[in-house]
Amino acid sequence: MSKQEYTITVYTENHIGLLNRIAIIFSRRKINVESLNTSPSEVAGIHRFTIVINEVEDVVRKLVRQVEKQVEVLKAYYNTNDEIVWQELAMYKVPTDEIAEKVKVERLLREYGARAVVIRKDYTIFETSGHREETDRLVQVLEPFGLIEFVRSARVAIIKSSRGFHEKLKEFEALRPGANIVENEFLDKQEEVFTM
Amino acid sequence: MDTLTLPKDKQTAAKQETVEVTGSVALLDALIAEKVDTIFGYPGGAIMPIYDALYDYNDRLKHVLVRHEQGGIHAGQGYARTSGKVGVVFATSGPGATNLVTGLADAMIDSTPLVCITGQVFAHLLGTDAFQETDVINITTPVTKWNYQVTDATEIPAVIAKAFFIAGSGRPGPVLIDITKNAQLQKFSYDGYKPCDYIRSYRPKPLVRKEYVQQAADLINKAEKPFVIFGQGVILGKAEAEFKAFLQKSGIPAAWTILGMSAIATDHPQAVGMLGMHGNYGPNVLTNECDVLIAIGMRFDDRVTGRLDKYAKQAKVIHLDIDPAEIDKNVKSTVPVWGDCKETLPLLTEMIEPKVYPQWLQKFRDFEQQEQEICIQPELHPDTEILTMGEVINILNDLTKGEAIVVTDVGQHQMVACRYAKFTKTKSNITSGGLGTMGFALPAAIGAKFGDPARTVVAVIGDGGFQMTLQELGTIMQSKVNVKILILNNQFLGMVRQWQQLFHERRYSFVDITSPDFVQVAKGYGISGQKVSEREVLRGALETMLNHNGAYLLEVMVGKENNVFPMVPQGCSVSEIRLK
Ligand SMILES: Cc1ncc(C[n+]2csc(CCOP(=O)(O)OP(=O)(O)O)c2C)c(N)n1
Repeated sequence: MSKQEYTITVYTENHIGLLNRIAIIFSRRKINVESLNTSPSEVAGIHRFTIVINEVEDVVRKLVRQVEKQVEVLKAYYNTNDEIVWQELAMYKVPTDEIAEKVKVERLLREYGARAVVIRKDYTIFETSGHREETDRLVQVLEPFGLIEFVRSARVAIIKSSRGFHEKLKEFEALRPGANIVENEFLDKQEEVFTM
Repeated sequence: MDTLTLPKDKQTAAKQETVEVTGSVALLDALIAEKVDTIFGYPGGAIMPIYDALYDYNDRLKHVLVRHEQGGIHAGQGYARTSGKVGVVFATSGPGATNLVTGLADAMIDSTPLVCITGQVFAHLLGTDAFQETDVINITTPVTKWNYQVTDATEIPAVIAKAFFIAGSGRPGPVLIDITKNAQLQKFSYDGYKPCDYIRSYRPKPLVRKEYVQQAADLINKAEKPFVIFGQGVILGKAEAEFKAFLQKSGIPAAWTILGMSAIATDHPQAVGMLGMHGNYGPNVLTNECDVLIAIGMRFDDRVTGRLDKYAKQAKVIHLDIDPAEIDKNVKSTVPVWGDCKETLPLLTEMIEPKVYPQWLQKFRDFEQQEQEICIQPELHPDTEILTMGEVINILNDLTKGEAIVVTDVGQHQMVACRYAKFTKTKSNITSGGLGTMGFALPAAIGAKFGDPARTVVAVIGDGGFQMTLQELGTIMQSKVNVKILILNNQFLGMVRQWQQLFHERRYSFVDITSPDFVQVAKGYGISGQKVSEREVLRGALETMLNHNGAYLLEVMVGKENNVFPMVPQGCSVSEIRLK
């Protein structure tokens, strides 16, 4: 078994201290978190974490069980890159006069699917999304044109094989979810776990 | 309203829908509603409003003033372990709270249900380095099952309800609630305590999947050399009767982990002893010979498994556990049975065929015979003048008839006591298993006595460990706790010395420990005691200790350089266990 990128998706309550509780599960084993996104889900009060780490599957599975074991974690899953569609958002700030002068820039931006978010006399902010390599490449391209600032978000990912996530998540809004949520699904194979 | 138990002067108000109370009163009312009878604690600035409220609850809540918060939390652990209830501990902010950390870590790894209440500085001072402010929530996150900071009194009833539910359900564990001083003082309209039995993100136990139980039964029914290994899960799940029924029908030999010990009587006909580094010969060796290994409520700790890549490789493994994170963590299971063993064991018993394995069981007995000759006989009936730890425990068994609660500290005496103690009742072997916390025994024995006052409690402690928490003699004195303290003094930090002898060429680096006159120390606390070093007077001294009306300290001088055997050396397989 060799290390590879795994994306861990965690649904949690929106509680103070939970980020630390989840983070220390990784740091305890001296595992570096490559990317971490946390944001409210579509259901009020439920947050979704997306965590990227580089590890072997055996370790990832154990980590995910430790995560799911936390009292305030609703569900946790892990996936390889093949099993998800993911994006990272990147923003680039460049001097407006530089890019206005050089028409080439505009063509480049179009090539990278970037769009202008803010255009001012002194600077322009572009935004694009994609995989790490893609957003990185645009940094290199903009570098000669006086790149002022660059920022990139953590990964967000959709699991290709997820079924009925949204519906199941809404069930958590009910006081007591139905039997399919309290089921012993952990013992089944990965694919079948996606019943929430 | 039904659970409202306010101080008498407030009770008239209780007739109305709601009543104005402080956060502190709401907390104590919650504890009473949770049927708490004993609190182990130590006051201080940030928890003073709670202690002030406690003044009026003296008739309904027993508060035991300890001498150090670590003593308080270990007492809470001892209480929880012998009573089967949630232990409750109070401490103040800052140093009071940080003194709890060792106990929290101990309770976390040994799955002991606790609710710890710590005082905290006023909410407006949080994060300002106020006097005795410490970030308790973040310090204790890795060593609590759940923790929460209350800054508003209105949260108290629901948070305490959640705390008790989380601590005691599923795989139990410690919960810490940090309450800021303003919340303790704040008045709010209180409409009674409602216990919690459901949290949407928390599944204490799953619905049992019968097909997995069936798969397990199929494996057992086909097995020729099945072997049961069980842990504290049987005791925590209050499933002793279900487990015995399973053993009886299955006829399978069974060995315990150190924390599983006493779930069945040590002389049960299928009992084959203790697993692990200093466990018995047969169960260790035959782990690598059985064809089906049935692990019940245990977590394959490295002290049990030895070298993992040489552990039970030939066997199909059935793992019954309530905590899914334990399944496949250390040992890959063939059939995982996730669930509460109180539910899964009866199902399994129903599905298996009644059997006996006389030849297979005989194999364990043969190994036992070898162990008897090489290790047990010289330990229990030495032909030297110098006393051994084993013979002390052996006489103790004789005198208590296996009915006492034995609380052990950590080291050689712990291993000897757990190897040789006889138990007839569950919840009798109280020890720090996962964390190996020296200093555990004395305070835990205090709690153990409060948890089950009718039983004799004997704390077996080394000369080193006793000096870690001996301040709790003060608690024993003040609260008149009838515990028997048995110090096995080898004048060394024995277990470390044993390793230095065996693995570091006898380079005895800082294990030679000097002790005070323990009997004099006890006397200073008004506790009777004596010191013995001769065989002729040993039995009489143990009798005196047990018959004494109240706490008693007996110091027994034992061989300085005796070793505990058998032993699975670190990094070795269980079948490489050494008898000498
Ligand atoms: C708090 C703590 N510190 C250090 C240790 C390491 N340790 C394990 S056993 C042991 C020696 C214990 O000596 P003693 O209490 O005299 O008991 P003995 O082994 O001699 O029976 C030590 C130092 C520990 N387990 N706990």
